[in-house]
Amino acid sequence: MEITVTINGKAHTADVEPRQLLVQFIRETVGLTGTNIGCDTSSCGACSIHLDGEAVKSCTLLAVQADGHSVTTIEGMASADGTLHPMQQAFMENHGLQCGYCTPGMVMAATSLLKENPNPTEEEVRIGLEGNLCRCTGYHNIVQSVLACAKG
Amino acid sequence: MIPAAFDYVRASSAEEAISLIGQYGDEAKFLAGGHSLIPLMKLRLAQPTVLIDIGRVSDLSYIRDAGEHIAIGALTRHMDVENSSVLREHVPLLAHATSHVGDPQVRHRGTIGGSLAHADPASDLPATTLALGATYVVTGPNGSREVAAADFYQGYLTSTLAADEMLTEIRVPKMKGAGWSFQKFNRRAQDWAIVGVAAWRRGNESGVGLVNMSSVPVLATSVSAALASGASIDDAAAQAADEADPQADLNASVEYRQHLARVLTRRALTDASS
Repeated sequence: MEITVTINGKAHTADVEPRQLLVQFIRETVGLTGTNIGCDTSSCGACSIHLDGEAVKSCTLLAVQADGHSVTTIEGMASADGTLHPMQQAFMENHGLQCGYCTPGMVMAATSLLKENPNPTEEEVRIGLEGNLCRCTGYHNIVQSVLACAKG
Repeated sequence: MIPAAFDYVRASSAEEAISLIGQYGDEAKFLAGGHSLIPLMKLRLAQPTVLIDIGRVSDLSYIRDAGEHIAIGALTRHMDVENSSVLREHVPLLAHATSHVGDPQVRHRGTIGGSLAHADPASDLPATTLALGATYVVTGPNGSREVAAADFYQGYLTSTLAADEMLTEIRVPKMKGAGWSFQKFNRRAQDWAIVGVAAWRRGNESGVGLVNMSSVPVLATSVSAALASGASIDDAAAQAADEADPQADLNASVEYRQHLARVLTRRALTDASS
């Protein structure tokens, strides 16, 4: 089935099998490998992207479900001139990553969280990121990064 | 993990969806948000040969004040239920319980109708709508019928939905100022409840729904009967597991689940009565 998905502002048209997952479309068909696959069971959040501006887990969507919709991945967060998104900058300044595997998903989930709740408490950040696991267990600095970004 | 191959068709209206499921029969499944179905398909625990995508049927996404009850379209997403000012005012227990479903990413995609039709007794919303005395509207080729939540669940992942029917609307009575509480016990963030309790209380009336205490969501009628006859919260909550038939699993034995049901019911009723 032919689908067109706009990813980071650019339309991508491809003929896909209905069973192709959106994360495979992003990584293998389009070649954007910043979105990671972790648990592959919609638990860990490593594959989080924005679908029409909201965080979703791309391992639990079919590519055909995103047909005609707009996706943002971690590659679409920084400006064209390389200036980091404020959330990426906050993760860098607050040492919000260790091995980095969960980081793209964390950044996508955290930006979606701040869109819905621009001034969260620490507890609200922790609850808001419950769908993202960090196996380095580096949650403290991840939460600090999100709070720092919210404060601007 | 990749699902087994299937054919994919899109419905643009409820009528078209029902016509398509009539055409394809038992081998077809509706795809709403997909957050129960796609994980099962990836594990090959479900292998429908046709998926009928109803995710674009926008006229089944609504929350309306219908006087005595609130009408919720089956394709309303969890995030929209959770944040609905109408539900927060009139059915706050449902809005709150929905905020405990999965995680924010799941709630951006999952729908109330999808969760209820999936009929998983470990899910939060079947027991919550059961406690609230909700009615489900089910639509098939010959029109719609209403099914009380108490009559909908037949067994594990099994409901009274016929192969050619679709859950289209959920009608939840207004709570009219009743006290309420939702208690969900689990060991890790975003997990299913090991046991959960959704409860409301208004004078002598009450409703207590149990999550993950049987192969179907359980209405703890003994608790409500005890409260109506003047029993204390402690005495009523002691009967919380009377209608339940829990299973043992890696998380909990039968006895532990029964214990949790009593403790969580006591906490819920205390909370709902304060």
